[in-house]
Amino acid sequence: MSGESTFEPKNGAVEWLDRRLPVFSLLKRQVVDFPTPKNLNYWWTFGGILTVFLALQIVTGIVLVMHYTPNTALAFNSIEFIMREVNYGWLIRYMHANGASFFFIAVYIHIFRGLYYGSYKAPREVLWILGVMILLVMMATAFMGYVLPWGQMSFWGAKVITNLFSAIPFIGERIVTWLWGGFSVDNPTLQRFFSLHYLLPFVLVGIVMLHIWALHVPGNNNPTGVDVQSSSDTIPFHPYYTVKDAFALVCFLSVYALFVFYKPNYLGHSINYEVANPLQTPSEIVPEWYFLPFYAILRSIPNKLLGVLAMFGSILILVFLPWLDTSKVRSASYRPIYRQLFWIFVLDCLLLGIVGSRPPAGLWLLIGRVATSWYFLHFIILVPLVGLMERPKPLPVSIREAVLTKELRAEAQIQPGE
Amino acid sequence: MHVIARRLTIVALLSLGIIGSWPVVVASAEETLEAENIPFSFEGAFGLFDRAQLQRGFQVYSQVCSSCHSLNLLHYRNLGDRGGPDFPEMQVKAIAAMVEVEDGPNDEGEMFTRPGAPSDPFVKPFPNEKAARAANGGALPPDLSLITKAREGWRGTFRQLVDGIGGPEYVHAVLTGYREKPENVPEGPAGKYYNPYFSAGPWISMPPPLSDGLVEYTDGTASSVDQMARDVAAFLAWAGEPKMERRKSLGFRVLVYIVILATLLFLTKNRVWSRIEH
Amino acid sequence: MNRVAVFMIGLTGGNASMMAVEVKEPTRRDFLYVATGAFATIGAATALWPFIDQMNPDASVRAVSALEVDLAPLEEGQSITVNWRGNPVFVRYRTVQEIKEANAVAVDTLRDPYAHNPALPEDAPASDVNRVVAGKEQYLVQMGICTHLGCVPIGESGDFGGWYCPCHGSQYDTAGRIREGPAPENLHIPPYKYIGDTKIRIG
Repeated sequence: MSGESTFEPKNGAVEWLDRRLPVFSLLKRQVVDFPTPKNLNYWWTFGGILTVFLALQIVTGIVLVMHYTPNTALAFNSIEFIMREVNYGWLIRYMHANGASFFFIAVYIHIFRGLYYGSYKAPREVLWILGVMILLVMMATAFMGYVLPWGQMSFWGAKVITNLFSAIPFIGERIVTWLWGGFSVDNPTLQRFFSLHYLLPFVLVGIVMLHIWALHVPGNNNPTGVDVQSSSDTIPFHPYYTVKDAFALVCFLSVYALFVFYKPNYLGHSINYEVANPLQTPSEIVPEWYFLPFYAILRSIPNKLLGVLAMFGSILILVFLPWLDTSKVRSASYRPIYRQLFWIFVLDCLLLGIVGSRPPAGLWLLIGRVATSWYFLHFIILVPLVGLMERPKPLPVSIREAVLTKELRAEAQIQPGE
Repeated sequence: MHVIARRLTIVALLSLGIIGSWPVVVASAEETLEAENIPFSFEGAFGLFDRAQLQRGFQVYSQVCSSCHSLNLLHYRNLGDRGGPDFPEMQVKAIAAMVEVEDGPNDEGEMFTRPGAPSDPFVKPFPNEKAARAANGGALPPDLSLITKAREGWRGTFRQLVDGIGGPEYVHAVLTGYREKPENVPEGPAGKYYNPYFSAGPWISMPPPLSDGLVEYTDGTASSVDQMARDVAAFLAWAGEPKMERRKSLGFRVLVYIVILATLLFLTKNRVWSRIEH
Repeated sequence: MNRVAVFMIGLTGGNASMMAVEVKEPTRRDFLYVATGAFATIGAATALWPFIDQMNPDASVRAVSALEVDLAPLEEGQSITVNWRGNPVFVRYRTVQEIKEANAVAVDTLRDPYAHNPALPEDAPASDVNRVVAGKEQYLVQMGICTHLGCVPIGESGDFGGWYCPCHGSQYDTAGRIREGPAPENLHIPPYKYIGDTKIRIG
């Protein structure tokens, strides 16, 4: 719900423009005045952080493209040219590479926030589904972007993942040939990945705008999961959340800067500093860390097609979560059993990530299979059942009450009871 | 219940962390040995290259390694760049002029050779990969421009966060790691040498390139195998990351700025939020 | 709210999306807000610099590349064009007649009275001797770029015995000085010197 516009243009030119294209009053209503629950915690700052990082990736990416050459004979050296010869090229390249990692760190935190506080539940189902689409486009963009330096891991990662599509019955091989533009990953593949890698972030901008629009219809969720009932539950987004988001952003940027300036290659693979060699497979092919859990799921199933289906299924299952979760209560703060399930799920995802970095054999394969099973068990069996069977704790009457109670407790220095 | 669940979670996360960062054991009969950790001057947040060491390392490269290993991504003028060996301009020109570079075609359409100039890339020892393999018994001496970023001296998620990937240490380990093959190891292929630090198995095609006193350092440092290996590893570390010093110094200033800005924003945020109950 | 508005604009200064916020009359000066806003703006502006500087010539372009040209094969009345830093350089072995014609022109009648020779001070007049190297007056070395809009003029053509630019009709004389047409300046001389009796190094 958007609220009344209190836009009073002081400037004649601004008013003239706004009457013809209401950019200013739109921004005033949707950003400055937007009534936001007053109890949002720092887990809510990651949406803003994500927007900044999307912009950052686009800006650094556009600049890199001024110097990059998407041809197999020249790509690797053009990146080294950026690192060595272009003014600040090394900085922009490291910002872009680490920016992708931090983009994913932020998006995973953002998603887990949604899982914990029930932000996916009615009436925010479409918001959530748009989010899943954003995740998928991010993953496609990141995958193709990693191919562009044309290092050993770029090439072999591309080969392995594009080969997966051959699992599709009947037309699989032809799809792969079509994807490759040839009979293996080669220059046509690189060039089309370059084109799409440039395109998709702008598609992302569009989906993000829909995502924010879908959010602004019901307004933000909040840590209690209780709906906004009156204006005493909310505060204007500006200045309260602009300044809070800014602070959170700068803290996040400090970790980002630590990596960019002091450990710029830590999150990558050393073998990508070798030029792609189609005739020599590296001793281990590992995707970037943010793909590891999905890689683990893929490899835990011995059948190629089923493995692919499971991998994509693990993301697509998120789409159904608003309906799989049968609980009437949103926030895990008031759902004692679901809360434990949530944390086990977090551990399960971390475990899957570790499994993804190990060779798929022996004990690790077993662990991977157990973790994969739990992943799907969580969504398909446990979450629906727990929603039906759990007795939630009593919800606060309103957001305002929750805030006041917290204040009173803090003042009286009583420990929050169990 | 709350508290127990929280403690269990912490234990679980710690265990995951330990399991997750355990170095991957390479599933082969003979594991590559971990390189010796050397406290290079350029390690750490404030580490800088040792100019004299880089110059000695360049000497080792040009007198020993360059006969087989190219350094394609560097130009002679880089030897005079700040943050590197920092040779004076006249010396850079002299170094470049010592090599013959192919140029052309001239007006007759023929290629010709001329003395190198600072703007030339480092000359290649072989015109192409096949010539390199032919001259080295089928093995390809890799280009060294990025070798210290493409090789790891050790494994382990937390170890690499603290100590780096150990690329320069790997180079040093290989150069000093030649030895007699142990009794229990089967005979290797003919024409190869036993080196347990070599990442692609203990049999390496490169004969031991260094021997004591092989290079006479212009600065008078004693040139043991260990010394030359350290110096050339440092030189190659620079060759792989010529902007390292600039990166660290800029990083320090950026982080100081961010800390100040974060503090200001924190205070601002508290001031703004003090107006309402929350 | 007002001071906060100021610093928020500053904070988002680096980003594309600007929040159109009304800055109302300042009620009380809040130093913290202004300080934060100013500090954030400085950071945003500084962070912008690498993105601008990366478009400046990179190190390999800046690395001075010299071109050596052997003049010995040139015959009197012959011109060649060489490529230096991606641009054409005219090298002409002028005839005695051409040199005489160039010397006969009064410099103060020229549209552009300056020599544009980097070996000389900027205000050196465009006399024929200032357009060449003393003792080597027969060799004229100049940039083959019309000073109007950058086309490559055609040699041995035009009304002044020098060069004619087909794009918009500028005409240069036998010392490469603009005589007619829209070009504002004489053809520029690149930095060069003799490294032998008949060899020059440009750049």
